[in-house]
Amino acid sequence: MSDVIALTDIRRVFIMGDQQFAALKGVTFSVSPGEFVAIMGASGSGKSTCMNILGCLDLPTSGRYLLDGVDVGGLPGDKLAEIRNRRLGFVFQGFNLLARTAAVENVELPLIYAGVPARERRTRALAALEMVGLAGKENNHPSQLSGGQQQRVAIARALVNEPAVILADEPTGNLDSSTSEEIMGLFTTLNRQGITIIMVTHEPDVAAYAGRRITFRDGLIIGDTN
Amino acid sequence: MDFLQTLKIALRALRTNKMRSFLTMLGIIIGIAAVIAMMAVGSGARHVISQQISSIGSNIILVLPGSTTSGGLRTGTGGAQTLTSDDVKAIMAECPSVETAAPSTRSSALLVYGNMNWSTVVMGTTPELFTIREWGVVAGRSMEQQDVDSAAKVCLLGQTVAENLFGSSDPVGKIIRIKKIPFTVVGLLDRKGQSPQGQDQDDAVFVPLRTAQRNLVRTQTPNMVGAVMVKARNEELLGKAEAEIKSLLDQRHRITNGKEPDYSTRNLSEILAVAEQSSRAMSLLLGAVASISLIVGGIGIMNIMLVSVTERTREIGIRMAIGARRNDILLQFLTEAVLLTMIGGITGIILGAVGATVVSSLLSWPTLISVESVSIAFIFSAAVGIFFGFYPARKAASLNPIDALRYE
Ligand SMILES: Nc1ncnc2c1ncn2[C@@H]1O[C@H](COP(=O)(O)OP(=O)(O)O)[C@@H](O)[C@H]1O
Ligand SMILES: [Mg+2]
Repeated sequence: MSDVIALTDIRRVFIMGDQQFAALKGVTFSVSPGEFVAIMGASGSGKSTCMNILGCLDLPTSGRYLLDGVDVGGLPGDKLAEIRNRRLGFVFQGFNLLARTAAVENVELPLIYAGVPARERRTRALAALEMVGLAGKENNHPSQLSGGQQQRVAIARALVNEPAVILADEPTGNLDSSTSEEIMGLFTTLNRQGITIIMVTHEPDVAAYAGRRITFRDGLIIGDTN
Repeated sequence: MDFLQTLKIALRALRTNKMRSFLTMLGIIIGIAAVIAMMAVGSGARHVISQQISSIGSNIILVLPGSTTSGGLRTGTGGAQTLTSDDVKAIMAECPSVETAAPSTRSSALLVYGNMNWSTVVMGTTPELFTIREWGVVAGRSMEQQDVDSAAKVCLLGQTVAENLFGSSDPVGKIIRIKKIPFTVVGLLDRKGQSPQGQDQDDAVFVPLRTAQRNLVRTQTPNMVGAVMVKARNEELLGKAEAEIKSLLDQRHRITNGKEPDYSTRNLSEILAVAEQSSRAMSLLLGAVASISLIVGGIGIMNIMLVSVTERTREIGIRMAIGARRNDILLQFLTEAVLLTMIGGITGIILGAVGATVVSSLLSWPTLISVESVSIAFIFSAAVGIFFGFYPARKAASLNPIDALRYE
């Protein structure tokens, strides 16, 4: 089976004034469909930088990124937006929900940009909320939900458009350990349903849920174990 | 993304900051209200002026007895009786730019018919007056030259007089008493309405000039006239006609250099032109207020939209990460700006309409708020939104998703 994600010699150099900083110095790895990958490494080792490139939010300075066999590098902005919308789902450390907006409306957002009709949007959003165990909370605003619940809303939002890959950058970073376990349980369930998950964490017990661990140090991969 | 959804998002954003949205709209509200009021007042004034022109008759010069001050105001209030029927005949015969002239005398009298009576103005005049003023009869006949020549005791009634003496019955052929002298009513005049000075022009009775001079007006000499209404051949000749009349009367009245004339002339078109000019000045003033407040309001909107883009940078980042295209973001903020100005515009239209209605009812003008002016105002407010909203919207759309997401 062909890889969902294939990175070849990805480099990312940040330019700040006359200073240059290489956050990624040649990263190569691929992910097969249905894998659950944990990316680990010390703070500042380039994990988020790599995730942003995987998420088509940022472009590498050099190297090749194939998503579903398509080279992302040469695509125009609108095409990247479409990929983010249909192929990828994001879960952030800080949840990144829209404030003063009901849970169900937050979950509907990707469907709005996908042009899904209102009625279908609502059904699918409610189904996604049910799946993450938030049935009955659909009208709560983020401020009326606990951290774990907010992250569940974010996960529902990430999976509502049936993406191939869910990208999660430290999804449990802001949560206590028991809530973290719940979230990881949810990820495991989703992964069993066939969704590829790539997750950044620096907690070994969280990484233990993943089937594969890639370790970064100073912009390079120093370990890749199953 | 469908437009309805864009609209919903924009409305929610405006509702989140109600007070700010309202204050931002204020400039547009004032600007649009001024546009509506300007157009309503302007067209109301033009309407009134053109109505007055047609009620007086066009190309008219008034010649009045008594001298003028430098300001053009008549000082002698009819006290001096210096114009005669012969002056009028001379004006008609010797001034080439004059089409015709009508003398008149004016007095007030008690009119009696049966047990009804009515106090009104009695005008002694000639048939030319009705030509000049384009004033016809609705019943009976108008005045004829023969009535004047023979000093016939006939009269024409204005509508108000007829209503008060005869109610709804036909006055033609009836005999009324004016200062106790019996007159036969030969015609009922058409309705004329208010004069530019606000008098009821239909509250008058007209008798032949000579009849009035002999029986109704106390004069020093028998052929005195109170005022002369002169019609020039056309509008261009109005000034020339006035000059011809002046030089003729100066000659006839022996007014030499430095001597104060014993008559004065007034050009009605000039008076109306002044009125028109002041209404135009008012329109211009309102127009200036309108454009300044629309510009200032637009800048206010641009400013608030820039603040809003900065405040919502993170939201923009989230939307982009989730799949919003640049155009979705652009449209979202542009819609918000246009919504602001259009709500402001509609409020302004209502406010302007109310203002115009109040002003015109105070001046007893017709309220003329045209579909045209409302749509111009509407389009204008949308245009201000697009113009001043575009830059902030483009700024939002051109944000880098990663930078926007990281924004604190
Ligand atoms: N936009 C940027 N501009 C400059 N330097 C950056 C930028 N983003 C990340 N970096 C730097 O790149 C390095 C890797 O960052 P990051 O990928 O966020 O690390 P982490 O592994 O902790 O997620 C860090 O040293 C960081 O300072
Ligand atoms: Mg990080």
